[in-house]
Amino acid sequence: MSEDKLTGYRGELRSALEKVGAEIGDRLEIAVNNQQYTGSLMPRVESYDDWHIILKLKSGYNIGLAHSDGMKIKKVGVAEKPEFRPPPLPEAEPGLPKVSIISTGGTIASRVDYVTGGVVSAMTSRDLLGIVPELVEIADVDADILYSVFSEDLTHKEWEGMAERVYDKIDAGADGVIITHGTDTMGYSAAALSFALQDLPVPVIFVGSQRSSDRPSSDNATNLMGGVYTAAHAPFAEVVVGLHETTSDTSIAYLRGTKVRKCHTSSRYAFQPVNDWPIARYIDGKVEMINDRYRPRQPSEPRLLNRFSDKVSLVKFHPDFNPTILDWLIDDGVRGIVIEATGLGQVCKDLWPAVDRARKEGVIVGVTSQCIWGRVHLDVYSHGRELVDRGAVPLEDMHPETAYVKLKWCLGQTDDTEEAKRLLLTDLVGEFNPRTPYLEGSR
Amino acid sequence: MDYEKLGLTVGIEIHQELATKHKLFCSCPPRLSDKEPDYTFTRKLRPSQSELGEVDPAALFEFLKGKTIIYQGDHDTNCLVEMDEEPPGPLDSEAIEISLIFSLMTNSVPVDEIQVMRKTVVDGSNTGGFQRTSVVSLGGAVKVDGKTYHLEQVAVEEDAARKIAEEGDTITYRLDRLGIPLIEITTAPEMHTPEEVYKVAARIGGILRATGMVRRGLGTIRQDVNVSIRGGAIIEIKGVQDLSLLPTIAEYEAQRQVTLLDIAEELKKTGVTPEALRQEAADVSDVFKETGSKILGAALKRGGKVMAVRLPGFSGLTGRELCPGRRLGTEMNDHAKFGGGVKGIFHTDELPGYSITAEEVHVLRERMDAGEADAVVIVADEERKCVAALGAVVNRAEQALQGVPAETRSANPDGTTRYTRPRPGAARMYPETDIKPVKVTPEKLEELRAMLPEMPEVKLRRFMKDYSLNEKLATQAVDSGYMGLFEELAREGHSTTLLAVTLTEDLTKLRRDGVPVEGLTDEALRDAFTLVKEGAATKESLPDVLTWLAENRGEKAGDAVSALGFDMMTIEELTALVNRAVEEKADLVAERGMRAMGALMGVIMGQVRGRAKPQDVQRLLRSAVEAKKG
Repeated sequence: MSEDKLTGYRGELRSALEKVGAEIGDRLEIAVNNQQYTGSLMPRVESYDDWHIILKLKSGYNIGLAHSDGMKIKKVGVAEKPEFRPPPLPEAEPGLPKVSIISTGGTIASRVDYVTGGVVSAMTSRDLLGIVPELVEIADVDADILYSVFSEDLTHKEWEGMAERVYDKIDAGADGVIITHGTDTMGYSAAALSFALQDLPVPVIFVGSQRSSDRPSSDNATNLMGGVYTAAHAPFAEVVVGLHETTSDTSIAYLRGTKVRKCHTSSRYAFQPVNDWPIARYIDGKVEMINDRYRPRQPSEPRLLNRFSDKVSLVKFHPDFNPTILDWLIDDGVRGIVIEATGLGQVCKDLWPAVDRARKEGVIVGVTSQCIWGRVHLDVYSHGRELVDRGAVPLEDMHPETAYVKLKWCLGQTDDTEEAKRLLLTDLVGEFNPRTPYLEGSR
Repeated sequence: MDYEKLGLTVGIEIHQELATKHKLFCSCPPRLSDKEPDYTFTRKLRPSQSELGEVDPAALFEFLKGKTIIYQGDHDTNCLVEMDEEPPGPLDSEAIEISLIFSLMTNSVPVDEIQVMRKTVVDGSNTGGFQRTSVVSLGGAVKVDGKTYHLEQVAVEEDAARKIAEEGDTITYRLDRLGIPLIEITTAPEMHTPEEVYKVAARIGGILRATGMVRRGLGTIRQDVNVSIRGGAIIEIKGVQDLSLLPTIAEYEAQRQVTLLDIAEELKKTGVTPEALRQEAADVSDVFKETGSKILGAALKRGGKVMAVRLPGFSGLTGRELCPGRRLGTEMNDHAKFGGGVKGIFHTDELPGYSITAEEVHVLRERMDAGEADAVVIVADEERKCVAALGAVVNRAEQALQGVPAETRSANPDGTTRYTRPRPGAARMYPETDIKPVKVTPEKLEELRAMLPEMPEVKLRRFMKDYSLNEKLATQAVDSGYMGLFEELAREGHSTTLLAVTLTEDLTKLRRDGVPVEGLTDEALRDAFTLVKEGAATKESLPDVLTWLAENRGEKAGDAVSALGFDMMTIEELTALVNRAVEEKADLVAERGMRAMGALMGVIMGQVRGRAKPQDVQRLLRSAVEAKKG
């Protein structure tokens, strides 16, 4: 590995450090302005300025010193290699259910490298069990890495790969599958796998954390332990997202992959059910079922339907929306557009010609609401009826992101527009809820 | 004790809350809440592996696994940042400025770029599992009695959540205090007598208050003390709120370490080895089947066990007093509580006792094969907890062979200390990646240098001169934390003596009487003084008015006067009252004439209760007496 020995240092300061042969972690003596400093050289965040040197003092504190011509740098010791002795692995109990953990990026579990302050990720089953040893008591766990990608960099290609890997794990006898995933686009991936893996025999659970795993308060271990238990024992067989139900560490909610959305930028309880009850919750070491509408765990043969079209767009309507955006998309060759309309499903009349044109060119236009919660009703107002008359498809209580993923999936399954439309309007995996529930709180 | 011979060495860390507008990493107001919490939530903390540092990982891990932390939150004093639900905002610039001012006043050299670190703290007092802290400057010194004491560093950090309760495996904290900016000043270990510790702490506190930008009141300043003697260990004693306790703490800790070294010496002589100490815990429940001890009996009734371990060679030592009221057995007890989550242990040096009979002790000793030189420790609880607790006792006994174990302790109100946790290694710091470092530019330092506050002694001389205060009052005023307000009001023409006495002696007395004087804002105090100045209240009524204002926050001093019935009497009312008093004491007046004034004055002032000025009473009384005697 060609790791940079002076991470983050640039320009003159880097030259000065190179001149004395300093590398990250080395002990330096620095004399400047009649002051003497001793400490270890720490890496610098790349985006910061290029004239401060970071030193870790004996007390453990880091300080920044401004580089100047008068600064004298002396190397007095080399970096100590961070030593990590993994604790002995706990004995696996025989006869436990098999749970496969598939990592797609981010960190499932990690420890801090105190020399550099960096976070070392656990990436093998062994690492993982070393860090969350409780898992051994819950299930016979195997873990591997499928991707190491930031969740915002994931595409439908990775959805296809994830679905295939899950399929293989189930084929190999897993009693449940965990996918660890960055939370930002977890909702999209969960919806995608809901459609790409049908007739599931066991649960497939997306697990992530909203507090990084390098801090004692991280929600990663609780989410993971709850997830593994639920994957092993829950009576449902669906693709779900499972993170904290509230700000407390006491329960984890399992939310249907097509009816879940990240609704908070930072909190543990960011994932909320949309127009549906949670399927279950993990609390006090048990799974409690909440929703009576679910697919039960069963000895079925799963179907892998992992093709998605990349010719679909999700467009948010807003006042002063420029209709040529839709024209541009059609010119660019999209086969489907999901509109996040206002309220019950209205957009301004300036968009109507573009919607007309979409129908003529065989582009499916789905209508959802930017309200997120609730159901679209295009018959209530005349502007809604005008959209229906132009062939737009109201998508019931599907929230925009699920609708977007489903349309990509439909157009990945068939080239026939009418067949795609039929699929789009058919409830396949619980993405439509015929009864809109009253969810307490803001919804 | 001959401290020089013992090689007593003490360093202190002073933590002082800063009077900023906001908390250190969010826009919440830095104040405590005095109402019921708006909401609560529950968390667990798990240290990630190397965060365990040098602590016995297994023990700490087990300990934490079982702990549940309940946080109480308030809409007006905390937001998602304190809940660890939102990344922190940038370092509060006011807090940095105040810290830099202190640094410049003590010649501590500011760093060029302040880096925020995370210091692992897994007791739940910080929701993230770490405290955020930053070095602002290095070095510097204070002078006391002509001697120079060096500073190691000045840091700015966030205060921890307030502990409300701890019961069994559940700890409750209030979030209001979390995130209040603190300045932390670390001295070099250069104090060698208990007296010096006090003086250095007082000096640093004085400079802090001289900035005029620190919070005042109980709990806003806390000291940690690091004490060692030759051959002993550095013991970190946390959270001393009362400055006057510092010498006692240093003295008791020196005494404790001396005794522990003596014990180690004695054990060495008798040839006790660590191997001999490593005994398995044994189930001795049957010995106590019929016990009269409520504690043991109740545990057995709940399905628990009484378990015991033999400590070879420890007879007489577990009962040895280390410092007043605390024995080696007490230390073992604290370790058992920490390690096993039990309520407590008994050791044979304190038995028979606690309703455990001599007969039971005899059978116990026999069962444990304990010779005369051996001690036996028993504990009653669930088996799992008993085993863990006795394991911790054995560990502590092993440490006794070595002398003084390095650990963190907490101060008790009497100056003794108790074990809280093993002393963490230096390796528990890592960078806070969510917060950008802050540059300290030469221009900024120049600007601050130009407006540095006076040092306390300069201010003292000026107060004596400008405000005609005697040295005692001036010293109190300068050290009170109210000198900003004092000067403002003095400039507005209030009586400086009244201001100084009220803001120092009176408030101190009220605080001792349990009045929540922290609740008195500068506005409330100004309001009360103005009432006196305008003649709407007497200065004698001030302590009562301030008490009322402290207990009725946000109200006006005028309301206090009405509520307390301190509205000034009209001259007519006062005249009537004086005449009545003179009438009642007609005999006295007849007998003593004008000399009866003194006695009458006392009687009348008692009835007036602050609702009239003494000089008015005196004037009316004089004419009434003159008229009476004719």
